Amino acid sequence: MSIFMLLAPLSVMIALVGLGAFWWTLRSGQYDDPMGDASRILIEDPLDRPDAREA
Amino acid sequence: MAMTSHVLEHQDFSAFMRDGEDGRPSIDLLVKGARCAACLSKIEREITAMPSVSSARLNLTTGKLSVAFERGRDDAGAVLERLDGLGYPATPFDPAKALAAHDAEGRRLSMALGVAAFGAGNAMMFSVPIWAGLFGQELGPATRTLMQWMSAAIAAPCAIYAGMPFFTSAWRSLRKGRANMDVPISIGVILTLLISFVETVLGGADTYFDAAVSLLFLLLIGRWLDHRLRANARSAASDLLAMQAPAAVVVGEGGVEHRTPLDDVRAGDLLLVRPGERIPVDGVIEGGVSELDNALLTGETAPVRAGLNDICRAGALNLTGTLRLRATARSEDSAVAAIARLVEAGAQSRSLYVRLADKAAALYVPVVHSAAAITFLGGWALGLGPREALLRAVAVLIITCPCALGLAVPAVQITASARLFRRGVLVKSGAALERLAEVDHVVFDKTGVLTEGRPRLLDPIPAAIAMAAPLARASAHPLARALSAQAGVSSLAEDVTETPGQGVEGWIAGRRARLGRAGFVGVPGAAPSETELWFGFDDDTKIRFAFADAIRPDAAETIAALRQRGLTVEILSGDLAAPVAKVAAALGIETWRAGLTPAEKSEAIAARGRDGRRVLMVGDGLNDAPALANAHAAMAPGSALDASQNAADLVFSGEGLGAVVAALDVARSARRRALENFAFAALYNLIAAPAAMFGFINPFVAALAMSGSSLAVTLNALRTGRGKTS
Repeated sequence: MSIFMLLAPLSVMIALVGLGAFWWTLRSGQYDDPMGDASRILIEDPLDRPDAREA
Repeated sequence: MAMTSHVLEHQDFSAFMRDGEDGRPSIDLLVKGARCAACLSKIEREITAMPSVSSARLNLTTGKLSVAFERGRDDAGAVLERLDGLGYPATPFDPAKALAAHDAEGRRLSMALGVAAFGAGNAMMFSVPIWAGLFGQELGPATRTLMQWMSAAIAAPCAIYAGMPFFTSAWRSLRKGRANMDVPISIGVILTLLISFVETVLGGADTYFDAAVSLLFLLLIGRWLDHRLRANARSAASDLLAMQAPAAVVVGEGGVEHRTPLDDVRAGDLLLVRPGERIPVDGVIEGGVSELDNALLTGETAPVRAGLNDICRAGALNLTGTLRLRATARSEDSAVAAIARLVEAGAQSRSLYVRLADKAAALYVPVVHSAAAITFLGGWALGLGPREALLRAVAVLIITCPCALGLAVPAVQITASARLFRRGVLVKSGAALERLAEVDHVVFDKTGVLTEGRPRLLDPIPAAIAMAAPLARASAHPLARALSAQAGVSSLAEDVTETPGQGVEGWIAGRRARLGRAGFVGVPGAAPSETELWFGFDDDTKIRFAFADAIRPDAAETIAALRQRGLTVEILSGDLAAPVAKVAAALGIETWRAGLTPAEKSEAIAARGRDGRRVLMVGDGLNDAPALANAHAAMAPGSALDASQNAADLVFSGEGLGAVVAALDVARSARRRALENFAFAALYNLIAAPAAMFGFINPFVAALAMSGSSLAVTLNALRTGRGKTS
């Protein structure tokens, strides 16, 4: 039973980390442009200037 | 919207600028035609490479490009010009509208969905041992209570967070004295949580923590789908609005040209309207001569000449010459506004439409709640004891909770609109699909709907066309363009001068030639006509080209297909009787009316409605907008004026009218699927509710029944629009 008391909260913790990750992806706007992101991965040459990834 | 480069460079776009996050000026542009990875990389690379631009990012989903400039170098004109050169015409976006595009509600719903998924999954982990206990496996009461507390600790906070969208909506509806579908959902969830807590404290076996949160999870999927559908439609609508206000060019002191949002144009401003642009507000011409295309305003096919002191109305397309215009009315006071008010009145009558899901909720809520009440009172009266009776009442509420109902319609509508989107039809709301499915009478506008809306050469003689083509290519006039389209590749005449409203003159192979009106070309005694062009070399015979608005190739086929589906067809047009009669005869349509004003059109539609007909209006002109808004359902082609696209429920792109039939088929299929889903949900409740009343439901059965019924409904929804339309 004691192993259960350890494992059950642990599994909930892991799930919470997943939930937190989802919250982060949502907040950082990763679902705002699914079409663009799907295309961007196919673009071969990286943009010339690193700050072009902002905005 | 393509403009030549020197035009854009010296304009002032400050009205569209906003301050970016780090204080750099930035602008939002709506880019047309960017749809692929190649477009995205080309646009971002080219624009970022410009010296004044610090960053550019294109959102491919919405078609919006955010450009941030280096401090003090906000050179928006150059960016627009560059985009135009790349082949992507763009329009600046009103900053207020661009900021409103931030979809806060969507993120809130997504997060609620994520939390509900977390809660359902983890509460289930503790439910499995409890279920095992229900089926006689070894589980002592102390362990069971421990599992229940753990389940509660996870499920209760999640249910409260994830349920908020339902709770707030239910509260709003209750305060208005109505009960929508969210009321039974909220009551069900809250009551379930409370009873489960009480049971846990008293050491009972039946707790429904996992059921409460997985119920919310399933319902949120439906809610999220519905939101997606509406958000897509809304952003499409706001794009149309932004496109519609392509910012008038106001000439300020010293001749500086300011691009100004349409709302900021005041009466008395001096405006510049170049060929190919639309008249932004009502005004009087102070300089320049041109021809105006009123086709989208009135349905007339032939262009009208306009010169000094003529009045022009907002929405007309300027064809040949640059006009200087003194604004006589603000945008919202322009002649267009009268039509806009008619549109608004129509839209109001349409908002009275009760959606299928709301009809179902109106039936469902009283039935289920009385069933729960009867279970409690009846069970108590028959000697169950209050606690057991209450548990059974809650079981009734949970098992009948409208998962299937909540998913039934959104799942169908999102499938249907995705299928239609692939066929080039944009659905603006789910209710629009429901209304479209009920239609039994179709009214067409003539110009631009049944016909192509642009002139086509009659009796083409190749030799004559080839002779005139070099001059025709030099002009933007619609007749000349029709002529050069017919000619294909040809050389260009030299030293071409265009006399607005008259014609073009130039040198072809060393001979001077003219193309235009009879008088201009030098044909004595010919009556001036808007549907013919004359061509001739100096001192040579003159050739006449006659034009007519051609009927769309698939119009007859479309009308036959509509008749085959049991619909009646009619034409309402603002054009003259003769051309309308000709089109009606060619297509075999017996009922038609011509020469109608926008108000008359709208009234004709309303009269049909009063006769009990459900009318689909297909129109493109501004004169159709009130009729579109007043009809039971409305469709507009993508070439329509934006006001009409806004008044319509569905917008179809492409050349053909076939989209009308396709949309009708998908809408009818969607309605069939939705009704099947309701029938299934009713059948399910008919079995599940009595089972719960008589105490056959335990938490395990509830969890199975709920997810099973939701899955069945969703799978059925995926069948929407399959088969003959694909």
